[in-house]
Amino acid sequence: MFEILGNINVDWMGKRKIFISVSIFILLAGLLSALGRSDYMNKGGTDSFNLGVDFKGGTVVTAKFKQRPSTDEIRNALQSVGIAESVIQESTDKKDEVLIKIPDFETGGSVEGQANAEDKTKISGREKVKSALISFGKEAEGATTLEQDANAAFKIVGTEAVGPVAGAQLRNQAVIATLLGLVGILLFIAFRYDWTYAAGAVIAVFHDVLITLAFFSVFQWEINLTVIAALLTLVGFSVNDSIVIFDRIRENLTLNRSKSLYELTNQSINQTMSRTIVTNGLVFLSVLALVLLGGEVLRGFSLALFVGSITGTYSTIAIASPIAIWWQEKLGAAKMKMTEVSGGNDKLASAARRSVRRKSVVR
Amino acid sequence: MKNSSLWIRTGIIVAITLIAIIVVFGPRGSVASKDFTWEGIKANLANNINLGLDLKGGSHLMMRVKIDDYLKTLATNNKDAAVNAAKELQLPVSEGSIVAEKDNYQVKLNITDAAKKAEIIEAVKKKVDFTNWTESSTDTTINWSLPAQTQKVMGEQAVEQALKIIESRINAFGVKEPTLQRVVAKDSGQILLQMPGVDDPERVKKLIGDDARLELMKVIGASNPSPMTTYPTRETALQSIGGQEGGSRKVLPFMERPDNATNQPAQPNNQPTAWVVVETPAIVDGNELRDAVPVSRTGNDNDYQISFSLKPAGAAKFGDWTSKNIGAYMAVVLNDQVKSAPYIKSRIDDQGQIDGRFTKKSAEDLVLTLKSGALPAKIEYQEERTVGPSLGADSIRSGVTASVGGLVFVIIFMLIYYRGSGINAVIALVLNMLLTMAGLIWLDSTLTLPGIAGLILGIGMAVDSNVLIFERIREEIRAGKSIQQSIDLGFDRAFVTIIDTHITTILSSVILYLYGTSLIRGFAVTLILGLLINLFTAVFVSRTIFMWLLSRKAETQKLSI
Repeated sequence: MFEILGNINVDWMGKRKIFISVSIFILLAGLLSALGRSDYMNKGGTDSFNLGVDFKGGTVVTAKFKQRPSTDEIRNALQSVGIAESVIQESTDKKDEVLIKIPDFETGGSVEGQANAEDKTKISGREKVKSALISFGKEAEGATTLEQDANAAFKIVGTEAVGPVAGAQLRNQAVIATLLGLVGILLFIAFRYDWTYAAGAVIAVFHDVLITLAFFSVFQWEINLTVIAALLTLVGFSVNDSIVIFDRIRENLTLNRSKSLYELTNQSINQTMSRTIVTNGLVFLSVLALVLLGGEVLRGFSLALFVGSITGTYSTIAIASPIAIWWQEKLGAAKMKMTEVSGGNDKLASAARRSVRRKSVVR
Repeated sequence: MKNSSLWIRTGIIVAITLIAIIVVFGPRGSVASKDFTWEGIKANLANNINLGLDLKGGSHLMMRVKIDDYLKTLATNNKDAAVNAAKELQLPVSEGSIVAEKDNYQVKLNITDAAKKAEIIEAVKKKVDFTNWTESSTDTTINWSLPAQTQKVMGEQAVEQALKIIESRINAFGVKEPTLQRVVAKDSGQILLQMPGVDDPERVKKLIGDDARLELMKVIGASNPSPMTTYPTRETALQSIGGQEGGSRKVLPFMERPDNATNQPAQPNNQPTAWVVVETPAIVDGNELRDAVPVSRTGNDNDYQISFSLKPAGAAKFGDWTSKNIGAYMAVVLNDQVKSAPYIKSRIDDQGQIDGRFTKKSAEDLVLTLKSGALPAKIEYQEERTVGPSLGADSIRSGVTASVGGLVFVIIFMLIYYRGSGINAVIALVLNMLLTMAGLIWLDSTLTLPGIAGLILGIGMAVDSNVLIFERIREEIRAGKSIQQSIDLGFDRAFVTIIDTHITTILSSVILYLYGTSLIRGFAVTLILGLLINLFTAVFVSRTIFMWLLSRKAETQKLSI
């Protein structure tokens, strides 16, 4: 057999204080970054999170040029049509494309002698940017590509424009859907294992999402809808990892009634370690490829998964398991003197285990 | 005993694989020889998979019907009509007003003689539809308010009506394969329009949102032969009706067409030439329109006008009014601008025309909007996403490159690490991808960028299932069990874990599907499919392959794992 690990015997639970300190440190850094950048603490500064147009509203125009102007030239052109605020990002993987981000979804256009201010014709962000880019030359119109049109200087190849109301709605819906998904996971794990395990797994997931968000806040990476998809993916991986270990703990509980939960948890983590390394190693390397090769559009997605694939593995060992056994021991200590619960329960709920006399985990 | 069950298992796997190959790579319709060439297979694959707009290019427009606006207009119109009805019979109504706030819509009439209240109510209700409104009154006021339930029903109707109108406009415009659907919560009034292949939606957007509201209205003032009463500014027009609009009077700009228009270039900025006072409500409006056609007087591109005809009910109303108002000036009002104001020479039943300096394109668009009827309320755009075909193709390329690259890497690793059993895993993985694709096609689901993310997560979990099983078998072998026992135990024990991880993820994906936005749904669908299929490929298929290995050598001592 070609193995990465043979039998290992590491006292993972004994290191729980170090693990939890590391997590708390990263979470605090994220919290400080989010608070420090918020309007509340730092008026007029950057935002807690660099929210994309999906969640904040605004327009992103992807324009392809024959001869790409410098960002300053584009900014000047935008300013000349009245767009004061803009973020211009040169695509790293495609040398002829530029992402132009402006905070407006629609801007007021010319008033054509109408009586009501309401009837002002509104100009979409796309049209506004187009009117600025015209100063570099003609746009390839309709179905013609930039290459086909000899006279054209640029073509708008993509737009994302979200109004402020829709932005808030997308944001709320993403958060609600994710939270409901977590509640579903909590209930299912509680049904299959025990409340303490469910709590451990769900807290670990929260931990992973928060750590990922902490990175996004500290490094000001942009959060858009693809990042949400990545967060959902990492929730899946993280819970998956927790369940694999819980499942092994559950199995070992029936096999080794004499060992403490503390020892059993360590044993389970060690037994599943080669699987953890193989699976997560493969995931990690695939995600690394995505970060390096995935391009501008997938940047946020790749980065979120990159952070998530590391923290997801880590949190199972460092967060989910310690919480589960800590809670079990608390309950167990309280129930130690109660009447013994008869065995034979297939669910192997902790109630049955709690009745079994075992050593204290605290060392 | 073993062999018969093994054959049944193999039969099931082969049958499912063949069906999936046909679904994914087969032609829709009759088979031709080209379907067996590489090009033909590629074409069939592209044809079978329903790509989302983010991958194939197109426009995604989210709009909202302003229901609040609609109810406010309804209240205003009812108020005007009620005041008119009372005044016509010289009943003591001093003024009307409306309340239009969030969820609160009311029409109020102030009356000066409490004794005539019943008479006023009767007269008003004869002319104005207050059926679903709640009526209340005091000695000085009569009040109709719209109950919450009715607001909901009316809002619902307005959205449905808007949906139909938008649909007819898009169809008439000639967008290919548009999808138009109501989304999210029903009462949000949101409509999602997706147009494949359209990467600059400005003209379509304008066409949909354009509220081509045609009204024929009576101009207040002198009748023919004296010239029409006009005012040089809006302020002077307002002064003539006591400083503010209301009751049944409204001030509108007159965008007159120059007499010698045919020889003049179009004016760059249309400034109103005068202002007129008109009577509300309109004599007839766009809802009574039967047909409209663009007509050119000279054949020049900028010299179009629109002639229209009215439906029987509108024609009757119009005929009745024109016969009573011979000599009066009538304003042809388009979107609150007076386009022309002919005087009535004789009774007219159903013909009319809109003068104006229309270009051929604008006249055609206008006719289209006029014919589809007026939108019940204004449309507001909330989201606009366009992806040019080249950008979509780039996304597919990087998505496919990343997935295939990842898959190749995983396959190489599995073959090195698990050797003979690695082949097992590879078969299971490839079959998983094939079946997931077939599932997507069978469900007629669209593959989007988040969908590819779901696919990747599904493949990740498929790899994990194989790793779980193999690691478990290795453990059992290490513990000194026989090969047969190790495989059985490995599958049985790993199966419990696989079921738990899969159900957890499927469960949360179902919740995401139910509560998520369309993008999140794309992710959830491919993930659920991938996981369900993985239970089949990683457990059933993989185990069958092991069973084959064992059946050939009954007392195997070594397993390549």
